Amino acid sequence: MQENENPLLKLEHICVTFPVKRDYPFQKKRFVHAVTDVSFEIGAGETFGLVGESGCGKSTLANTTLGIQKVDSGKIFFEGKELTAMDKKQLKEARRSMQMIFQDPFSSLNPRFSVFDIVSEPLRIMGGYTREEMREKVGQMLHEVGLSAGDMDRFPSDFSGGQKQRIGIARALILKPKYLVCDEPVSALDVSVHAQILNLLLDLQEKYHITYLFISHNLAVVKRICNRILVMYFGKTMEYGDVDKIFANPMHPYTRALMSAIFDTDIDTKHERIRLKGEVPSPINVPKGCRFCGRCPEEDEACRMGEPPLVEVEEDHYVACFHCGKKADADG
Amino acid sequence: MKEIMKKIGMFFLRLLGGIGSFFKKLWKHRQGRVGLIIAGILIVCAVFAPIIAPYDPYDVTQRAEKGLSPSWEHLLGTSITTGQDIFSMLIYGARSSLSIGVITGITIAVLGSILGIAAGYIGGWVDTVIMRVVDVLLVIPTLPLVIVMTNVLGTSYAVIVLVFAAFGWTGLARVIRAQVMLLKNANYVKAAELMGASKWYIMWRHILPAVSNLLIMSTALTSAGIMVAEAGLSFLGLGNPEAVSWGKMLADAQSSGAMLFGHWWSILAPGVGIFLAVFSFMRIGLAMEEILNPRMRKGSSMVKVFKHLNNTYLQEVFDSMDDGSKLKGEYATCQINESPAGREMLGCGEYMLESALAEGKAEEPVTEKGGNDESAGS
Repeated sequence: MQENENPLLKLEHICVTFPVKRDYPFQKKRFVHAVTDVSFEIGAGETFGLVGESGCGKSTLANTTLGIQKVDSGKIFFEGKELTAMDKKQLKEARRSMQMIFQDPFSSLNPRFSVFDIVSEPLRIMGGYTREEMREKVGQMLHEVGLSAGDMDRFPSDFSGGQKQRIGIARALILKPKYLVCDEPVSALDVSVHAQILNLLLDLQEKYHITYLFISHNLAVVKRICNRILVMYFGKTMEYGDVDKIFANPMHPYTRALMSAIFDTDIDTKHERIRLKGEVPSPINVPKGCRFCGRCPEEDEACRMGEPPLVEVEEDHYVACFHCGKKADADG
Repeated sequence: MKEIMKKIGMFFLRLLGGIGSFFKKLWKHRQGRVGLIIAGILIVCAVFAPIIAPYDPYDVTQRAEKGLSPSWEHLLGTSITTGQDIFSMLIYGARSSLSIGVITGITIAVLGSILGIAAGYIGGWVDTVIMRVVDVLLVIPTLPLVIVMTNVLGTSYAVIVLVFAAFGWTGLARVIRAQVMLLKNANYVKAAELMGASKWYIMWRHILPAVSNLLIMSTALTSAGIMVAEAGLSFLGLGNPEAVSWGKMLADAQSSGAMLFGHWWSILAPGVGIFLAVFSFMRIGLAMEEILNPRMRKGSSMVKVFKHLNNTYLQEVFDSMDDGSKLKGEYATCQINESPAGREMLGCGEYMLESALAEGKAEEPVTEKGGNDESAGS
């Protein structure tokens, strides 16, 4: 892995499983394997993209970095301190510098709260602010996300989706966090406001030096705003590294398939669409071998026998596929 | 100290505000208004009974001749057994009926909400324990149990309230638990958890307000049920023997053969009392249910929704349109798209257009509506 001087967040071999209810008594305990052996680092100030299809464990992984999802094994370090070993009090203190923006702006704001109540909630929970201080801070924050301080006493139902998402961003940023998880922040919004919200996020990042963990299944968005990405499939890392290198030279067949699905405005050049066959297998009975087996266009006997290790094919570009290693050898 | 007092003051102000807005909603609902008026009259009667009632039924010296017919002196006559003024008893009877109903209703609401929220939000073994207790209590029939308990513990209102409260919270706790389990997964609760909010904070600030309307509704409905039950118990002679209550008036009238003497008023009066009390509380509860659950609203159409919104802004837009625009409906939709509460208004705008079409004022719009739909709400 690339040795970052002092990564803000470091995940080592994270595994998360969820127990499944038994169908009948004395049945062997079964688990859903949500995340299996994922490691990555996020440097301070960078935007890290987490890419993959629905249900592949992106959100679970993000939740572990916030300390709201317990890990089965593995360690998470936040600013050098081990998050997975913290007690409740330490965790609360650490969470002061972590926040999250949700996918659905409609359900992430309490409809009974005024905008002031919503945005000032982190201050209220942390305590130690007078009402006047809170009003001033909330006013400033609303101004920064492109709303006006006069909106403070209105209710979420008065706002459109994009504006609601701005309120969500204001709430996340009012404590000036260092680390912000954006869980598909634009996918629930109209296409016309995608760019506005993304630009707002980029502006705020520049201003406050926030590190983003950006979850998305839209590769075009990821390419636009991320520095490094991790492509996940079925709970495992498929490809990981610098975004430009991955986009220039996607090594994993899954990454290539994802990329071929990007919606392009350039309609003159025809590009071939890779269509994957089959379905994502059941996460309860994980098949042996490579996770992508059964859907991979390039699979062979070796893939079905053992899981491919994550290998560095070039600087800051890691791939977990038997074939690309060979390919890189052949090319090199 | 001052800080704490200020906080408590703020809390009560908020609570009053919440209750005020709730009554406002209820007042707008026709059935709710009927219930509120009747319940209000009954409550005034109960509170000011000594002022309103011409005689004090508890005062032995104020008893008149037994079994008098209605007259100006005794508006509803006097009772056959004791010679108490029936009109005064009717007014005093509101006290015991309403207080038992409301006190039990509130106790049930408090118990049900605490246990329901705890079960739904905390989950785990707390949930299991509470829900198993609910399962056990649900199968025990309350009324026979109260009869048994009054035999064991003596006939007093405290016993009736306690037993009804101890067994009545189960249904409410179930409903609240289900509601809380839905709310628990809302992203705003997750966001608050992420900020490090304690479980108490989330239950108090996010979950309790969201179920408060449900609580008020159920309090009204259970109160009505308890009032009937109390009247029934008193009729069976299991109520408080010293208190004046409608059920006991009925029982006395029955046992003294009021029907035989043709004293229909001594049976009708407490009957009407019970009916009005239960009717008004049921009205309030059912109206609340309808307000909370729009799908239950009878014949809910766009007309009603539009009237409900009462949006002067939309009317202005419509009025300001020239006939040409009205014909196409373009102006309305584009204005609506720009407005903050986009989609809702677009719906109303389309309704207005439809009504205009129906009245023959406008022709079918030439432009495609689909295009406008998509741009709404941004």
